[in-house]
Amino acid sequence: MTDKLKIRLTFLGALICWLLFSASNIYLLFIESYEMKVQLSDFIPQLFFTGFVVSTFGYYRYVISKADTLNFTDLLWKVFITGLITTLISLGIRFFFTVFANSSIVENPLTVNFFYNILLGLVIIYMVSTLVVWKRLILYQKSKNLLQFWSFFEIALLLSLGYDFFELELFGTNFNVGLIVLSCFSLILTFNLKWIAYLNFRQKWKGILFILLSGIYLYHFFLNLDDFRATGVLVMDLMNSVFFLGLLGFLFLYAGISILVTLFNLPTSSVFERKLKEAIDYQKLSQSIPRGETIDQTYEILLESSMSAVFADAAWLEVKEEEGIFQSIRNLKETEINEIKSKIKSGTIKDILSLNFDRDHNPSKLTDSLKDNKYKSIIALPIYVQSKQVGFIVMLNEVSEAFNREMVNIITTFVNQTSISLENLALIKESLENERYKEQLKIAKNVQKSLLPTNLEINGGIEIDAFAMAADEVGGDYYDFIEIEKDKYGLIIADVSGKGTSAAFQMAQMKGIFHSLASQKVSPSQFTIQANIALSNCLERSSFITATYFYLDAKKKTIEFSRAGHCPTLMFCSETNETSYLESEGMGLGIVRNSKYEKYVHSTTLSYNEGDTMLLYTDGITEAKNETGEQFGDDRLRNSFNSHAKKAPAQIKEAIKRDLADFTGEVAIDDDYTMVVVKFNTDSNG
Amino acid sequence: MVNIEKEKNEDVHFIRVEGDVDAGSSIHLDNAFKEVLEVGESRIAVDLTRLVYISSAGLGVFVSYLDEFELKKIKLVLFGIQETVRQVFDILGLEKLIAIAENEEEAIKKLNE
Repeated sequence: MTDKLKIRLTFLGALICWLLFSASNIYLLFIESYEMKVQLSDFIPQLFFTGFVVSTFGYYRYVISKADTLNFTDLLWKVFITGLITTLISLGIRFFFTVFANSSIVENPLTVNFFYNILLGLVIIYMVSTLVVWKRLILYQKSKNLLQFWSFFEIALLLSLGYDFFELELFGTNFNVGLIVLSCFSLILTFNLKWIAYLNFRQKWKGILFILLSGIYLYHFFLNLDDFRATGVLVMDLMNSVFFLGLLGFLFLYAGISILVTLFNLPTSSVFERKLKEAIDYQKLSQSIPRGETIDQTYEILLESSMSAVFADAAWLEVKEEEGIFQSIRNLKETEINEIKSKIKSGTIKDILSLNFDRDHNPSKLTDSLKDNKYKSIIALPIYVQSKQVGFIVMLNEVSEAFNREMVNIITTFVNQTSISLENLALIKESLENERYKEQLKIAKNVQKSLLPTNLEINGGIEIDAFAMAADEVGGDYYDFIEIEKDKYGLIIADVSGKGTSAAFQMAQMKGIFHSLASQKVSPSQFTIQANIALSNCLERSSFITATYFYLDAKKKTIEFSRAGHCPTLMFCSETNETSYLESEGMGLGIVRNSKYEKYVHSTTLSYNEGDTMLLYTDGITEAKNETGEQFGDDRLRNSFNSHAKKAPAQIKEAIKRDLADFTGEVAIDDDYTMVVVKFNTDSNG
Repeated sequence: MVNIEKEKNEDVHFIRVEGDVDAGSSIHLDNAFKEVLEVGESRIAVDLTRLVYISSAGLGVFVSYLDEFELKKIKLVLFGIQETVRQVFDILGLEKLIAIAENEEEAIKKLNE
């Protein structure tokens, strides 16, 4: 069943029960006055009355519990309005009786009972709705025990309705027992008044007013009912009901106690409000950074919150930031600040103001009194970020001894929260920065990739394939080739010492040197000498570059190369099916940075046959380690290359990569590594 | 990781290197050289018997002091280099610039020449 349906059903139930109750009541009256012999039990109207009460209770329970968002004054307002409407109607009835005071109509039992039934309905509606509201108030911040106790109370009320079936004598023994039980329940429940603490000053006044008025309504109803009782012609007198008197007593009692407690709470409500405001300010501070406010805004919030927490007349805050000193001032002039600063000559506050304060402070020393100044009291607190004092906050009051230890504690929590917020901000900034660096490195990686040749096609029967892998985002390995003129090619492999970003920059430099020198058609020896000169001017002293430069002549089928400290090239001879290292003297570029370098430069020329294959590589491959720390080494590389050398360059490359991966297993290769496979085929173009 | 010990014996300053000298640990080797230079030693013997691996960054440390040693007439000898490490020195051409001895006695002899 939906709540809406429940509300409608209970409403309808209450209405029908009331109609039936009235009808049966009047009917009983008829039977009595005309002495008819038709018997209708007295039970019937009582039954309908019970149905009416229960339905009304159900109706208000659903209506009021549905309105979850209502605050306490809204609830009391509801009671007030229901009371107002019911009271106005009952006043109308009273008016009717006053107007026709001397007429026979008002003495007719039928009329009296008819209006009494209406009044009864109104009273029950008002009382039950008030009961439901009181329930909400009593059960605010409920415990399990309280909830149970309330259930017992409701059951007792229901039982008291049943009790009324036996038309008990007013204030007879049985009647009194029922009433005492209900009163005991009421008394215990009455002292659940936690909600009052949550009203602010204005709401408390409103609450008192509404509850007072609802009490007056109750009293008015009581008087009204009593008047009817005096006519002595009522078929069913509500005043004889344990339920009615018990409920009335409870409602009155709770209203009375609520008013008293609210009154007594009035003077302390400002304290409670202040505590609440402190909590809110605290929250504001802790959320100011996540909300996207700037550091300075956070300091402003800190200053405002602290000022209102300790009732300061004036205050200022100073923080040393990267861009200079941030200062925020309230109700003070610059000259006054300087005057106060000069007044404080020693002690803890002096240390705080001069930004060299020891963290383990005694809170009592943070307050002081000022002499011969407009402001008599001062609090100063240091502000820390990452355990360094970056600033301070000062509160001033015109009254002497205005600040106490509790106020220091409050501001301390504010300041601490600010520090945490700012530290969090610093961390966020750092991680953003890191994110940016990562992004930059990604860009660098792409740029570097573009420095390596993408088009590996060479005419003249030379076929090339290559692979390069950097240990970090960017690396210091380089390979390239250039067609110098028809059938003449320049080819290079180079390895910058170290790895990472600095290596990547030097690798880019190497590319420039290669392209400018190779295109001038210099010999490999000259290439090495010139490259050494060029690099000597720009390489860091501890950096060097190893390289091998090849000059390939596809027409003469010769290779001329100069090895500048780079790992020796592997050469597969198709005739003998054997692979050997091309041994040659040489020295790394940038190691000797004067003309003496020339004497270490050598070049070698050899000729190749169809099917011969060359493998250029960097030491990342030979120095790759497996789990036991063993290096891949020259021999393994040579054997691997030898066993695959008859394949196409791309397949050779993949096969060596596989062999290398099989060797290293799980261990990641911690260096840049590169290989270039050069296969010499017969020139298809002639 | 690298472990570097220094000792002085008969006017020869010994730097004994143990472990791996790579990009991360080469700074320790560099510091060792710096200290020796500050003291003003003129004869240095570097014991590489227990050096397992040296990366290009480690070689860079030797390279960076070459000029200064030559200028200040400081004699430097490496000795006890393992085969795999020796190869690295040779490929780069450093064996032509730095005196290399088989063992400690030979190293001292070279320094006394």
